[in-house]
Amino acid sequence: MAEIIESDSGAKKDGKRRSPKKMGAGVDMTPMVDLICLLITFFMLTTAFAKPKVMEITMPEKDEDTSKKSDIKVAADRTYSIILDEEDRLYWYWHKDSEVDGVAPVFSKWNKTNYGPDGIRKFLLEKNEATVKEITELKDKVTKGEIVMSNDTLNVRIKEIKRKYNTELKKSPIILIKAVEKAKYRNLVDIIDEMAICNVASYAVVDPMADELEILKNAPK
Amino acid sequence: MKKKAPHVDMTPMVDLFSLLLTFFMLTTSFRPQEAAVIDTPFSVSDKQAPDKNLITVAITKDNKVYFDMSNSGTTLDAQGKEIADTATHYRRELLKQIGEQKQINFNEKELQTFETGSSFGMPFPLLKKWLNSTEPQEKEGYMVGIPIDTADNQLGLWVRIARVLNPYAEVAIKGDGEAEYSVIKRVMDIMQENKVQKFNLVTNLQKEELEGEATIQ
Repeated sequence: MAEIIESDSGAKKDGKRRSPKKMGAGVDMTPMVDLICLLITFFMLTTAFAKPKVMEITMPEKDEDTSKKSDIKVAADRTYSIILDEEDRLYWYWHKDSEVDGVAPVFSKWNKTNYGPDGIRKFLLEKNEATVKEITELKDKVTKGEIVMSNDTLNVRIKEIKRKYNTELKKSPIILIKAVEKAKYRNLVDIIDEMAICNVASYAVVDPMADELEILKNAPK
Repeated sequence: MKKKAPHVDMTPMVDLFSLLLTFFMLTTSFRPQEAAVIDTPFSVSDKQAPDKNLITVAITKDNKVYFDMSNSGTTLDAQGKEIADTATHYRRELLKQIGEQKQINFNEKELQTFETGSSFGMPFPLLKKWLNSTEPQEKEGYMVGIPIDTADNQLGLWVRIARVLNPYAEVAIKGDGEAEYSVIKRVMDIMQENKVQKFNLVTNLQKEELEGEATIQ
């Protein structure tokens, strides 16, 4: 194709063909190929295909007016606090019943755990069993093809299931994530990630209380 | 016998390469120059970051805070529908307004440099020096981070002006895994003071399936 095929004008009049000396002026394409290779490499390396992924988090609105704050009642018996310390350690405790007026709030003892699948994830899955079970069943059915639905519908359904267990049945746990100042950002992302993995419907990132910091000092290392 | 050079027909290869080259040239969007290496933590989230209408606050390993804003955004057309707009010059406006507030005069060249640039992080007095330096080493030396203390809340001013300029802008926080939580919290607080409630935490995708699925049932 790139060879210029000359018309057979070189044939002699007497019909004798000349020895088929190819006069094709072969264009040397090597430099071009070299250049194109270089350019391709350049574009391949500089191109940013994978856009960064993001994790969404909505923070509770901060109200300067503190008098409104105490209005929110949270069911203590399904509220758990997770405390992240500065050296990748993780503690959780249960709020039990602290809603009865005049009675000092009762908290369970602190449990040390870790970020692995045997640690905090196991705990969360246990507490959130009903929700996780229903969502897993739904996802299974979708992957097996028993139910056909688009990803968007699936996400809406998952949200509905979460809401059912959270606000109607009041069964799923409420997690308060409390990180100390010196904690690593990675730990925060890890723990929020676990919330997504374990389908926890309601969680919040809040500041640790003073007594919690006090307990943390003497907590088992 | 005449020696015949073995002739390889390179045409198909060239064809292919040209195609590839065209493809890469058309699809490429250059990786923005990173002000610092930021090693974002992993998560299972696979939501994509928006590429316009974005305010990015980066927090490096040594807790420096950098700011970035995308130049293009969305405007409303005559019918009130949202349309992509690449002719907005948010970055230029941003610097202009900062200059007005802080009585720093930025000339045309500096505005131009700022508009085409990416993330930056330095207190106001260093801005001019940073914009005028051409040495990458020197430029890096000026990146000392934006002050975020309550006494000298410069990040707050950047965010406020950026939010006013582009009300559609979402906020992404791109923190290094080793950054301190207190800094992240402070940045989030500043955002909340400017009425941002939703944050996009930039992460690396890492698939993780629930392996406990069998045991739950």
